[in-house]
Amino acid sequence: MEETKYNFEVVRWFTIMAVVYLVVGTLVGVYIASELAWPFLNFDIPYITFGRLRPVHTNAVIFAFGGCTLFATSLYVVQRTGKTPLWSNKLAWFVFWGWNAIIVAAVITLPLGINQSKEYAELEWPIDLAIAVVWLAWGLNFVMTIAKRKTSHIYVANWFFMGMFIMITYLHVVNSLAIPVGLFKSYSLFSGVQDAMIQWWWGHNAVGFYLTAGFLGIMYYFVPKQANRPVFSYRLSVLHFWALMFGYVWLGAHHLQYTALPDWTGSLGAAVSLAMIIPSWGGAINGMMTLSGAWDKLRTDYILRFLIMSLAFYAMSTFEGPVMSSKTVNALSHYTDWTVGHVHSGALGWVGMVSAGALYHLVEKLWNTRMYSAKLVNAHFWTATIGTVVYITAMWVSGIMQGLMWRDYDEFGTLTYTFAESVAAMHPYYAMRAIGGALYWLGGVIMLFNVVMTVRQAAAQRSTAAAAAA
Amino acid sequence: MADKIYSTKLQDLAERNVFVMFVLLMVLLSVGGLVEIVPLFYLPQTMEYNKHPEIVWDNKGQPISVENFKVGDKITWKPGDGIRPYTALELAGRDIYQREGCYLCHSQMIRPFRDEKERYGHYSLAAESMYDHPFQWGSKRTGPDLARVGGKYSNEWHFQHLMAPRSVVPESVMPNYPWLAEQTVDGETIKAHMEGLRMIGVPYTDADIEAAKQVDGVREVDAVIAYLQVLGTMANLKDDVDYRE
Repeated sequence: MEETKYNFEVVRWFTIMAVVYLVVGTLVGVYIASELAWPFLNFDIPYITFGRLRPVHTNAVIFAFGGCTLFATSLYVVQRTGKTPLWSNKLAWFVFWGWNAIIVAAVITLPLGINQSKEYAELEWPIDLAIAVVWLAWGLNFVMTIAKRKTSHIYVANWFFMGMFIMITYLHVVNSLAIPVGLFKSYSLFSGVQDAMIQWWWGHNAVGFYLTAGFLGIMYYFVPKQANRPVFSYRLSVLHFWALMFGYVWLGAHHLQYTALPDWTGSLGAAVSLAMIIPSWGGAINGMMTLSGAWDKLRTDYILRFLIMSLAFYAMSTFEGPVMSSKTVNALSHYTDWTVGHVHSGALGWVGMVSAGALYHLVEKLWNTRMYSAKLVNAHFWTATIGTVVYITAMWVSGIMQGLMWRDYDEFGTLTYTFAESVAAMHPYYAMRAIGGALYWLGGVIMLFNVVMTVRQAAAQRSTAAAAAA
Repeated sequence: MADKIYSTKLQDLAERNVFVMFVLLMVLLSVGGLVEIVPLFYLPQTMEYNKHPEIVWDNKGQPISVENFKVGDKITWKPGDGIRPYTALELAGRDIYQREGCYLCHSQMIRPFRDEKERYGHYSLAAESMYDHPFQWGSKRTGPDLARVGGKYSNEWHFQHLMAPRSVVPESVMPNYPWLAEQTVDGETIKAHMEGLRMIGVPYTDADIEAAKQVDGVREVDAVIAYLQVLGTMANLKDDVDYRE
């Protein structure tokens, strides 16, 4: 049995928790989106105001859902591609409990207003230290498992996971440098412009390495597996891997164009951003073309649909990103909902969908069964796709509208709109965004139900088989 | 088969030896950050005060504040005298600003565009946030920019707006913050915060830190208002001077 050969129990638990956090994280997202549309939902309760819940949402989807997905997939892929069990099963369990403890700590501290006020790095210093320890434990286990593999070459998916490990370590350590002034309060070691650059070096590479490189690693294993085809081009994967690793690091500065950051830094960031379209599309093409000659599978294989749709969204948002980083467009799009829409086309469309595909694949393999209901997988696919499209369309319209209203002049050369008028104009789009998000959340609920039923079905099958054997 | 090289020798080596790949990645991944971040700490044109020293307040060893710390309190520094560290009361307000996540909807960074100048004022300088640990530039304007909100509204307006934003701006989607009028600032905590900031380079005098005790018991809302009222008022920026190259 494979069970004796590999350490799969910890992977199973990460898989289950990923689906749970998908539902929780998107639910918080829908709630805060609704607060912007209908502010009475803040209910004058400090713990659930937009400002305190927004970090709960981002941390839950990125680090709880994204993290559990990455740990589940990476610990699975490294064993399967290396034909070896984990270097240390105990360490993997330490990562499981440690990571979940960190998530619990985040859910408690953030609503209490305990935060470092750096976007996507809000958690206070004691939790930051815990993250570093758990992260290094995962990385050590991952790299050592590669080292003891029984195959000659390291499979491409593992390159991406390894790049993510090193870069996130750099980013987390440098961006979290702070002076503690109490158990739950610290100040960033850096100030002003340097702090801004370091924060967005972190901010964009959390996207670039955690949510892109890591999930490309997922793509490189699960797309070929689910399609039962080899990766389209080995050469393309080598080229786009190294280009992506080298290039992504530079992009952070494009978040600070026209700010007090020196012009050279912002322009450099924008120039590399533009060039990054090539390695990004290299990955998307490599994934999509893996299906060449097997496109008909999309008609019957709903899991494959998720994987391919995710690549379509990946290609789209990695085209949109460089466009938004160009100075002319950035002057309009910065500070608006367009940015939020862009992030979500990547997060919902790419990260969410590739994860769903990989997690469904994992559930079938890990519990050695088929999904309880293929129809529900398809229902999840359509609610997620429609939800994403509704969400990003709403944000495109509201973002561009905001940008245009803020800079609009009337015939007398005075500003046409007050800021408050632009806020009022956003209301229908904020409501629409909440609906799109709710649809996406509903897809997550369908998935959770389907996964729970599948696990129960597998348990029932096992006991029947055991009874038959006895 | 296993010995055939499909790419270059170096690539093949990296694919066979995890530690080679690890080291290659470590080097490659550090380049972009080093090039973009390190120069910001020493290139003189990064901070405008290198060319325009008058924008930073020269305290000549004087504390910022000499009297008590109630709103509208008497301090040696006057608006326009130059960029200085926050007083204990302003810092308490800034802590609350961070706690409530205000930076998620309000930017503090005005870009050099005509419409932003008319809406918010002079474009922001890097030096203006030199004592901001961490920076609060923000990334999103769900609400308006606050980099120069200081002095634009009265304290009474701010109080009313923080308690019930829609009572003064009907279109607003900001939450109400009634608890800020009920909770008070702890002087010892702010003192510890100022000591921490001094350790990482904020030039507080002993008298500044000693004075922190006086903010004890001040309502949180008054601290927030003190912070908002100082934003953007420190440096006296002139329209005919080009601060940024």
